[in-house]
Amino acid sequence: MPLYEHTFIARPDLSSQQAQTLADELGAIVSANGGEVKKVEYWGLRSLAYRLKKHRKAHYVHLNLDASPSAVAELERNERIHDDVVRYLTVKIDTVDPEPSIVMQVKSSRDERRRDRP
Amino acid sequence: METRDRPQGSYGDRERGDRPDRGSRGGEPPNITIRRPFFRRKKASPFAHADASPIDYKDVKLLQRFVSERGKIVPRRITAVTAKEQRQLAKAIKRARELALLPYVAG
Repeated sequence: MPLYEHTFIARPDLSSQQAQTLADELGAIVSANGGEVKKVEYWGLRSLAYRLKKHRKAHYVHLNLDASPSAVAELERNERIHDDVVRYLTVKIDTVDPEPSIVMQVKSSRDERRRDRP
Repeated sequence: METRDRPQGSYGDRERGDRPDRGSRGGEPPNITIRRPFFRRKKASPFAHADASPIDYKDVKLLQRFVSERGKIVPRRITAVTAKEQRQLAKAIKRARELALLPYVAG
């Protein structure tokens, strides 16, 4: 089955807990359609480069999927219906990188610097 | 216009990218010799390094270097990336815009 990278943007008024539950819910749709969620990354509440549905910030969740195209289509259909999902992007990839993506690397190094500060 | 006396075979001495119509930008009169009106070393692509990070739509910090202050994609004659890399970059920047990681228009 082809591999995909899937990122969705969720409304900022969710808590980070709720955003991650939403990720589980949407991941369950993929598993129910014979796919597999290889990796889940919660990028956190990030500020958007431009306003999306009046929001200036939003939760980003990034998934790595191994699923059939129809499973991905079903996932996207549900996201279009879901009120909390503002936007999504699916990209086909050749290999799943087991390392955390660049966004997580930047985030963790920034968190470390913040901890060092008095 | 002044016609230059050019000895035969002098074309062969010209370097690649050595174009007299380019280069002297701005007000000063070009102060140059006849044999080499202007010479600029070809800049190496920023991705030519062995440890250069791959072009990825998630890498906002990397992509920002190839986007103007206005948010426009910078032409490769300025950034010196190869044609292949420029195509990959353009695609990555457009994906990043879709995810609101980069602006369509800034400022």
